[in-house]
Amino acid sequence: MIDSVVVITEENTAEVRPDEVITLSRELKDEGFRFVTMSSAELEDSVCVLYHFDKDLELRNLRVDVPKGSKIGSIASVYSCAFLVENEIKEHFGVEFDGIPLDFQGMLYSDEEVQKTPFCNIGLKRV
Amino acid sequence: MAKTVLPFGPQHPVLPEPLHLTLTIEDEIVKEAIPKLGYVHRGLEKLAEIRDHNQMIYIVERVCGICSCMHALCYCQGIESLMGLEVPSRANYLRTIWAEMHRIHSHLLWLGLFADAFGFESLFMQFWRIRERVMDLQEETAGNRVILSVNQVGGVRRDISAESAQWILDTLKKVEKETLQLKSTILDDYTVKLRTVGKGVLTKEKAYELGAAGPTLRASGIAQDMRQTGYAAYSELDFAPVVETDGDCYARTVVRFNEVFQAIDLVRQAFSKLPEGELAVKPKGLPTGEVISRVEQPRGECLYYIRGAGKKFLERVRIRTPTFANIPPLLDMLPGCDLADVPVLILTIDPCISCTER
Repeated sequence: MIDSVVVITEENTAEVRPDEVITLSRELKDEGFRFVTMSSAELEDSVCVLYHFDKDLELRNLRVDVPKGSKIGSIASVYSCAFLVENEIKEHFGVEFDGIPLDFQGMLYSDEEVQKTPFCNIGLKRV
Repeated sequence: MAKTVLPFGPQHPVLPEPLHLTLTIEDEIVKEAIPKLGYVHRGLEKLAEIRDHNQMIYIVERVCGICSCMHALCYCQGIESLMGLEVPSRANYLRTIWAEMHRIHSHLLWLGLFADAFGFESLFMQFWRIRERVMDLQEETAGNRVILSVNQVGGVRRDISAESAQWILDTLKKVEKETLQLKSTILDDYTVKLRTVGKGVLTKEKAYELGAAGPTLRASGIAQDMRQTGYAAYSELDFAPVVETDGDCYARTVVRFNEVFQAIDLVRQAFSKLPEGELAVKPKGLPTGEVISRVEQPRGECLYYIRGAGKKFLERVRIRTPTFANIPPLLDMLPGCDLADVPVLILTIDPCISCTER
């Protein structure tokens, strides 16, 4: 039986480079994987972005370390529903996603007067 | 006719919570819908940095008033996994019982709101009257009507006595009977059918591709339910997901109706197999590592990503709620529908904005 609680290990999580994410997402989609969501956490010099996919309830993850303040390609061209969580991560951690079809410009939740990314301690200013 | 841009929400009679949609309409037909969130964003995830992992239970319970018990369950399961704790069997059964009671009251709440959206005020009150019985059960067994606070890391805080168990079973019999009486009242109604059958169709392929969750996913013909993974005591209960195939507003209503009866059955099964034993194990150590914990809430799959570094405070708690997953499918359903159908269509994903924005 598949477990509902999955400890992240090398078996279920592939470490990938930022430029590989779109290609690998497309491969997972072709294999029949559903996009579940993305998670992110602040590391020292980077933001760790985890992409979660599942097939028949079994989870598969991609992990990307994105240097703070840098860009990564949006996977919305593969999984269109990813735009929402990409906007959330952009707003909270300052990770820029190239090619989000609906870009809230860092204002999905907060208003214009909020100038810093709340979850990323280096406090990136909005562009 | 020229396009008209219409703000829908955040205050709207049909919306119990503030969701804003910018609708572009042409001849009263929706052409595009763009969401705006943030009206109840509280930044609860951020509190993980200043509240220890035990205090976080109380915080995650307040992510949502309707499924508070399941948020705590999902979070505790993750922490228990990171700490290598084995939860006692009785605690797992009790968690299942409270979770299913939560599902019943959540679906009855939604059915009442759904009836109210049609202007069926008496029916709305009937559903909520039945729901009150379940709220009473929760108050009696947990001490609270909504925020149950029964889960803790390692098990549960409270037990359910044999007398209370009998009272719950007797009450659920009444809930089942009364809900069944209302089922035909709403599902066989001409007006309800006229406004839901064939409206807001989400195909099986689209539901999967857009990452839909819960009844929204299962009403489109996909038998996916996190309870199939067998967390808590589900692996020891007879369970199969409730599925409909039409993918419209009516199908989503039918799924929720049938899930009320299924939840009652699961509570009965759980009580019939409830083992004796401890309620909790004592946690030792601190959470270390990364984990993903998932449970099936009334609105669908909820996911917690928890990252601990062996310290009192967690490094990260990330919560993906089912409504968040159901917003892209909603945006796909809206174009092409009549403006008059928008409120009902939004309601059929059972939106919880409090959950979504956290």
